Amino acid sequence: MNWQLLPQFAVSGLLAGGPIALMALGLVLIFKASYIFNFAQGQMMLLGTLVTWWLAVERGLPMWAAIPLALAFSALLGLAIERVALRPMTGQPLLAIILMTLALGQALQGLSLLLFGGAQRNFPQLFAAGNPYRIVTPWVINERQVILILKQNLVWSFVVAIVGVALIALLFQFTRTGLAMRATSEDHELAQGIGLRINRIFGISWALAGVVATTGGILLATSSGLDVSLSIVVLAAFPAVLLGGLDSIPGVIVGGLLIGLSQGAVSASKVQLVRNAAEIVPYIVLMIVLLIRPEGLFGRKRVERI
Amino acid sequence: MAVLRPAGEFDQSYAYDMATIRRRWQWIALGLFLLALYALPLYASPSLVSFVNRAAMTIVAVQGLNILTGYTGQISLGQAAFMTTGGYISALLMIHAGLPFLLALPLAALGAGLVGLIFGLPSLRVKGFYLAMSTLAAQFIIPWFVRNAFPKVLNGTQGLNVPPPEVLGIVFNAPTRYLYLSLSVLVVTTVVAHNVARSRLGRALVAIRDQDLAAELLGINLFKYKLQAFFLAAVYAGLSGSLFAHHLRHLNSETFNLTDSVLLMGMLVVGGLGTSLGPILGTVLVLLILELATVAGPTVATIFPGTAASTVQALRPLFFGVVLMLFLIFEPRGLAHRWKLMKAAWRLRPFSH
Repeated sequence: MNWQLLPQFAVSGLLAGGPIALMALGLVLIFKASYIFNFAQGQMMLLGTLVTWWLAVERGLPMWAAIPLALAFSALLGLAIERVALRPMTGQPLLAIILMTLALGQALQGLSLLLFGGAQRNFPQLFAAGNPYRIVTPWVINERQVILILKQNLVWSFVVAIVGVALIALLFQFTRTGLAMRATSEDHELAQGIGLRINRIFGISWALAGVVATTGGILLATSSGLDVSLSIVVLAAFPAVLLGGLDSIPGVIVGGLLIGLSQGAVSASKVQLVRNAAEIVPYIVLMIVLLIRPEGLFGRKRVERI
Repeated sequence: MAVLRPAGEFDQSYAYDMATIRRRWQWIALGLFLLALYALPLYASPSLVSFVNRAAMTIVAVQGLNILTGYTGQISLGQAAFMTTGGYISALLMIHAGLPFLLALPLAALGAGLVGLIFGLPSLRVKGFYLAMSTLAAQFIIPWFVRNAFPKVLNGTQGLNVPPPEVLGIVFNAPTRYLYLSLSVLVVTTVVAHNVARSRLGRALVAIRDQDLAAELLGINLFKYKLQAFFLAAVYAGLSGSLFAHHLRHLNSETFNLTDSVLLMGMLVVGGLGTSLGPILGTVLVLLILELATVAGPTVATIFPGTAASTVQALRPLFFGVVLMLFLIFEPRGLAHRWKLMKAAWRLRPFSH
């Protein structure tokens, strides 16, 4: 372990955990409402971000117009997916539903590639590319002051992501719709019994998930560019969801940050092989979580045990 | 659905009742069909031969997935990772140990099976999509291992150049020859898969799929049988991966990827889960659809001129995804079920039921 670099990498990892948490939130929203794990979340994110890019760069709209339009598109996309693809699957076995979201992912991937092509493109900068923040910490390691250097766009992406997660959490806690969504996630039949229209709740969840996905995609694209491989980034959010607990919104933040942190910590190692392991760290964490505590840190115990 | 037998045909012995191929004409038809397949290079175009060759190798992997997902009901998104394992093992055995292909192939299958056991271990504790997640982890950990571990032997991201197989002095280095090899493996795996399904093992697996608690009460050791299913699925994947590796002559960590795992799963569903016929029908249909994407590419490219360079790449997942979605909504039991319905309708003709 390279102790000199560890604080820097740990903090960068934590910051990278913000967008991971946002992606994980999209998965949790859908899972809470309908017990569907959405393997197509990455492709929804890709399509939404490509639409943002198209509006802002190809159509020349200013960002304040392009982003809301793209978010509206993502919400409609989420609604359409729920209506066309998932509603016919109500009551079908789990395998069929998993395959449906996987198929949906493939179809959306193909559609994005067909409409926008596979080229790597620059995404307009959302946040001013000012000087990186320098934070001089009081700690001393190996007789040298530890100085953290934080890129501005990473910091602001992190802030936006955490604010986004907090907004959704507030929506769940304090609005009537949120109450209805919580009731639905408790028990579908009971929710219907008290007069909630659960199909509409599913629709809202998917629309929200679409909006959250596109927001995450925009944040990632501003810091690292945009091409069709953006959809793969979500794969790092799967372990975050399971670590935090599948139906827990606070768990999303903790899970996302822990995944980011562990990736950062591994990158600070002195051994080449361990450094290379940063890309699979989320999955090693995932295996450990599955074997020790499948319901995650904050999730309710609903894992079907054998 | 009750078993519909043609009029006048009665099961007069137990052996006759259990037989898969019951009548002489069926044996003759099967023989002629196999003969037509094996003689394909003599009369068919090279592209058709290469298509049948690829289909044969893919069907083997789908058959393995069928044992695990179709009969046992365990979801696996890691089949392509086990193909990678099999491919690497047989390639390394031939390059470094100088083993003949006929020895390297079963050893690769065995090795892939053992790796499959490791990733089947979580099935003791979790099921459903938690299990899908843990097999997804295999899909990341195995290629990572191949890229980063033992760079001198595995050659990192560069991958390996794989020698062509040689059996009895014949070098199988062209699709027209390789076809004989892949068809022969396919015939063996089909017979094994079909008979596993109706053995004690297969019935235990179906019991686990239908109701695992009840199966355990019947005295079925869940863990043992699930691991056997994982092992068999990975053995089949290893065979398929090894065949592919020696056919493509080059192998790296991305040769079989997550998309391939999803494709294999889709082929199985399109064909029909838990049937012997399903993997064959589904694989052929999905591969045909992917071919269609290649054919339709240039036409579609004229509609979307901005992205003409990647049209074929875009159409393949698009077509596959849409077809799989349609099957899941309208015919979740797959083509094999349709075929059964058609046969029943033919036997009951002119009555509808």
